[in-house]
Amino acid sequence: MKRIYAREDLCLGCRLCEIHCLVAHSKSRRIISAMTREKGQITPRCKVEESGQVTFALQCRHCEHARCLEACMTGAITRDPATGVVLHNADKCVGCWMCLMSCPVGAIQRGREGHVASKCDLCQGEAAPVCVANCPNEALLFEDREERKK
Amino acid sequence: MRKWLVEPDFILTRDPDRCINCQVCVRQCANDVHVHDEEADLVQSDSEKCVGCHRCAALCPTQAISIEKASLEFRPNGNWTADRIRAVYKQAEGGGILLSGMGNDQTLPVLWDHMVLNASQVTNPSIDPLREPMELVTYLGRKPDRLELNRDANGKVSLATELAPQLRLETPIMFSAMSYGSISYNASFSLARAAQAAGTFANTGEGGLHKDFRPYAKNLIVQVASGRFGVDPDYLNVAAAVEIKIGQGAKPGIGGHLPAEKVDAQVSATRMIPERTDALSPAPHHDIYSIEDLRQLIYGIKEATQYTKPVCVKISAVHNVAAIASGAVRAGADIVAIDGFRGGTGAAPTVIRDNVGIPIELALAAVDARLRDEGIRHQASIVAAGSFRSSADVIKAIALGADAVYIGTAALVAMGCHLCQKCYTGKCNWGIATQDPMLTKRLNADVATRRLSNLLRGWSLEIKEMLGGMGINAIESLRGNREHLRGIALSDRDLNILGIKAAGE
Repeated sequence: MKRIYAREDLCLGCRLCEIHCLVAHSKSRRIISAMTREKGQITPRCKVEESGQVTFALQCRHCEHARCLEACMTGAITRDPATGVVLHNADKCVGCWMCLMSCPVGAIQRGREGHVASKCDLCQGEAAPVCVANCPNEALLFEDREERKK
Repeated sequence: MRKWLVEPDFILTRDPDRCINCQVCVRQCANDVHVHDEEADLVQSDSEKCVGCHRCAALCPTQAISIEKASLEFRPNGNWTADRIRAVYKQAEGGGILLSGMGNDQTLPVLWDHMVLNASQVTNPSIDPLREPMELVTYLGRKPDRLELNRDANGKVSLATELAPQLRLETPIMFSAMSYGSISYNASFSLARAAQAAGTFANTGEGGLHKDFRPYAKNLIVQVASGRFGVDPDYLNVAAAVEIKIGQGAKPGIGGHLPAEKVDAQVSATRMIPERTDALSPAPHHDIYSIEDLRQLIYGIKEATQYTKPVCVKISAVHNVAAIASGAVRAGADIVAIDGFRGGTGAAPTVIRDNVGIPIELALAAVDARLRDEGIRHQASIVAAGSFRSSADVIKAIALGADAVYIGTAALVAMGCHLCQKCYTGKCNWGIATQDPMLTKRLNADVATRRLSNLLRGWSLEIKEMLGGMGINAIESLRGNREHLRGIALSDRDLNILGIKAAGE
């Protein structure tokens, strides 16, 4: 399946990915409203990790053997059988944080939207995730590397 | 009274209705213009540090930032302009030589803008380049005095004359000498890759050849300059051609200085100098004080490369450029590159950049005419350099007598340069003229290669369109064909030197 890959050698650490992610998951879907009126109510699903000169955007890896999915007791985390994308349904989430605990890369966060977890959905419905589409240095790639390996 | 009399060049304003406090500008500005005041949770800007590179404005997701020329006006004075007053303030403060990057920014007339091209009407047909083949292929190098042919018993004809080595260019545009050190690894790498993709050449400048760029060496011209950085037999033999740099249009008569802070491990290995030492290029080559000395170096290089590569001599356009070019050709140069006074640089004393040298238009016309008069024009190709801003400038240069052109500034602009002229600070926010790892990674070599390739493709298509309009189907037929140029608002003297008629004649 197509996944997001970060090129840390090219990441500027500008955090535009976080901003565009937040806007894409806001109610208004308009940048100024999302960043002002809805501020504090939406969680960006991707997060720029920084250590010295190294920066890169991290988001859910949509693991083949997703530990979060196995750990989720309410069935809020499911896998789309058609696409393989690991999805999170906030309506079913009870905020037990078992997914956070089990995620090996730390890509799931406690959401600001309520007592629920928050994770990347690869921008369902968009041609490419907005973080990838808006990265000014093309440091995020959305591609199927398993297909390439075959 | 403030101690520092230099006022900001730009005033940066932030539209509070649009600013979302995302701090992208804070993270992008290497000059620390933007700061986030945590207590007030507000981004604030200090215009005094702004160099006008537009990096923050380009990345601002809400277009909240506008940058304007500072409106703090002096009493109008045609003689003491604001720039001159500010320069005195700066100099009175520091007492040093004022530096600048990029090319001459003064408002002297650009003669390309005073020349217009011809087109076919009624009596001679124009050609549609979309339907008919259009040839831009250019060969650079010494051409034979005459061709001798052999005819065998069956009447088959073959060439008896041995041809001198040539560079084959798919389009008559090459990337100018820009050294690794003055520009970043990614910028150098992109130039080399784009040159290879487009079937043309990039020039390493005097910074040596990074080992990673060796696979692209067939599309690289290596430079031997007064500092001799990175020169060894392998360097000469791996490249497509060798260029002896005598002068640079932005700073004729003076050498170069790459400050020690830019000489990191990679640059040091490539230049073959100790890490963190200044890389000083002397003003002259200390072994070249005459045309005869130049001949020795040209033939030294030819011997070292077994006469398999053309040797180019690059000179800056100065008053007696025609005589110097003639000397270079007689000394054995296969290509003469002439760099006009608008050519760029990573760092030059502003006073030299803005006042020394002559325009490439006049220099090119003078050199082409001189070499023709002396009957040696075929012995060397002419490459013109020094600020080609569009395909129109390129085609006009070819009509004036150039075989090809070098583009430097245009290539940097294609990669993102905004001509803020602060290359010498090493804080290029676009990741081009810097060695700071936090800044160099801002230039994605894949993106830059694509943009450079697009520029060459776009210009080449435009050149074909213009050629077609003139009813010419090969760039060879336009070369030195000054009948296709006319001058507008030029003096008789200018027209005479350019060798063109006035519009209407």
